[in-house]
Amino acid sequence: MIEAKDIDFYYGSFHALKHINMRIAAQSVTALIGPSGCGKSTFLRLFNRMNDLIPEARLTGKCLVGGEDIYGAHVQVDDLRRRIGMVFQRPNPFPKSIFENVAYGLRVNGMGDRRFIADRVEESLRAAALWEEVKDKLKKSALALSGGQQQRLCIARALAVQPTVLLMDEPASALDPISTMKIEDLIFHLRSTYTIVIVTHNMQQASRVSDHTGFFMLGELVEYSETRKMFTNPEKTETQNYITGRFG
Amino acid sequence: MSTKKLRRAGEYVIEKLLTVSGAVTGLTMLTITVFLFKEGAGLFRSPSVEKGYALYVHAENPVERLSVNEIKGIFDGEITVWNALSSDYPHAEIVPYRIEDIFQRYSESELGEDYALLPDKLAEVIRETSGIIAFLPQQYAPTGMTGVKTLPSQDIRPADFFGGTSWMPTATPAPLFGVLPLILGTLFVSIVAILIALPLGLSVAIFLSELAGTRTRKWMKPAIELLAGIPSVVYGFFGLVVLVPLVQRAFALPVGETAFTGSLILAIMALPTIITVAEDAMRNTPRELREASLALGAGHWQTIRKVIIPYASSGISAAVVLGIGRAIGETMAVLMVTGNAAVMPHSLFESVRTIPATIAAELGEAPAGGAHYQALFVLGCVLFLLTLLISVSAEWMAGKQSSKIL
Repeated sequence: MIEAKDIDFYYGSFHALKHINMRIAAQSVTALIGPSGCGKSTFLRLFNRMNDLIPEARLTGKCLVGGEDIYGAHVQVDDLRRRIGMVFQRPNPFPKSIFENVAYGLRVNGMGDRRFIADRVEESLRAAALWEEVKDKLKKSALALSGGQQQRLCIARALAVQPTVLLMDEPASALDPISTMKIEDLIFHLRSTYTIVIVTHNMQQASRVSDHTGFFMLGELVEYSETRKMFTNPEKTETQNYITGRFG
Repeated sequence: MSTKKLRRAGEYVIEKLLTVSGAVTGLTMLTITVFLFKEGAGLFRSPSVEKGYALYVHAENPVERLSVNEIKGIFDGEITVWNALSSDYPHAEIVPYRIEDIFQRYSESELGEDYALLPDKLAEVIRETSGIIAFLPQQYAPTGMTGVKTLPSQDIRPADFFGGTSWMPTATPAPLFGVLPLILGTLFVSIVAILIALPLGLSVAIFLSELAGTRTRKWMKPAIELLAGIPSVVYGFFGLVVLVPLVQRAFALPVGETAFTGSLILAIMALPTIITVAEDAMRNTPRELREASLALGAGHWQTIRKVIIPYASSGISAAVVLGIGRAIGETMAVLMVTGNAAVMPHSLFESVRTIPATIAAELGEAPAGGAHYQALFVLGCVLFLLTLLISVSAEWMAGKQSSKIL
């Protein structure tokens, strides 16, 4: 489904990702773990071309999504980003109403009439397990929601444009334990429909939600295997040291 | 004493100093405002006829009071018969009379030592002329003499001031303080200036904040900020030498000193402020919001229009207020290019006079404490209230914008 081939990535002269090869399976959850600054977020942001915004960034290698080279000349970046949703580390709802937050992606992509948008907003909020909490205050500002609700709203917003892939960049790191649990439940429910790649600092979280785990260190993909195997019987000593909390 | 105690004492002193400087600043502001309004309020207690003078008529003339405009009409020769003012008045010709007219009848020696006989002679003239209205210094007034009636002095009315359409502060016997042409002149010039500066300024701000490369921004921003620091008299000079002939030629006008020229120069002057403030506001949009928008498949323009501009709206309206404030209060440059005719403006391509320009041009000639002087203070109050109104409404709109859910 998603494939990284010989990826090297530079911020100016800094070599942030070193020769990475990785295949990510469709309709599953893949966790990317590793110490701060190891390149896992940079890697994640390759797949919706968020790194394009950074001046002096340079990429070699190929990123394939569904067999298509997403850095190819004919690729429409807007369209690519619609197909590959992203949830950010800090909840970042727009300073608009709850409804408009979810409708935003539909509107900018010119999708549908009022009726369609209203239906899709409800559907997305339900999918993000937020509908019951907000159905009576859709016109209220999204900024009035709690941090956990805001993050689920951001997930609903991403789901509304019906992506096939969901990239999550430490989606629960700014949240309290209960909100974190709700997000994890949500990921568990979404796995059958979407291909989810999640960057996390929290090893327990990785082990709870993911099917496969990749361990990054200093810009390299040190180990990549089934999550169960990774957390019970890692091949590399670096992985062993990291997941047992000896550093990082 | 330990260093800790010393530091605390120091902090205490600094705290007090800050409080004092805050209080002093606040008091100064308050004093200025109070002074402005106090001086101005005096205007409506001063007589509508020039100070030290009064109007006298024949004792049998039934006229009781005359408005400022009627007095002006009479002495300008526009009103020539009494019953043109009211049907109760006699059908008699009006004879306006000034002190100097006495010399047509009497030589200086006939008026006696130090003009001691002047009041008698004046009374004589008034008794003889039934249709007379005489504008005379009270010093030589024929008061109390038979056959002479003094018209009661009237205070300048706020209605005449704020509703008057002529500004003739040095007219005699009754100066006209009609502030409408000045208010309209100010509004004409400022509104058109903002209409020019705003779209231009916001476009440049969007360009600088969102489209320009780092290098372009690096030299353009300081260059624009530098423009904000040029003294207004220099802008005025530029306007006079470059814009005035340009406008005259472009629109085939008899003179290039028009309201529009003033608007142009004001727009140029307000641009740097608008650009700088609006650009800062847009660049302060959190990166998270831009990324959220782009990640949903929004294009660059959609992100600018739907996320960045709404987010920056309070900053943008601050830019607008600062721009308008500059436009309304600007004195020198406008004084230099608008031609300064204090008449009701009918089109943009006529000469106008703004409130600040009036104050600057006339304060030097107005005798301190006189009605003219006070009228200029009232103009100051009007200007103050005008800018206050604009900033309050802009504040209100910005508040509404930010609380409104887009």
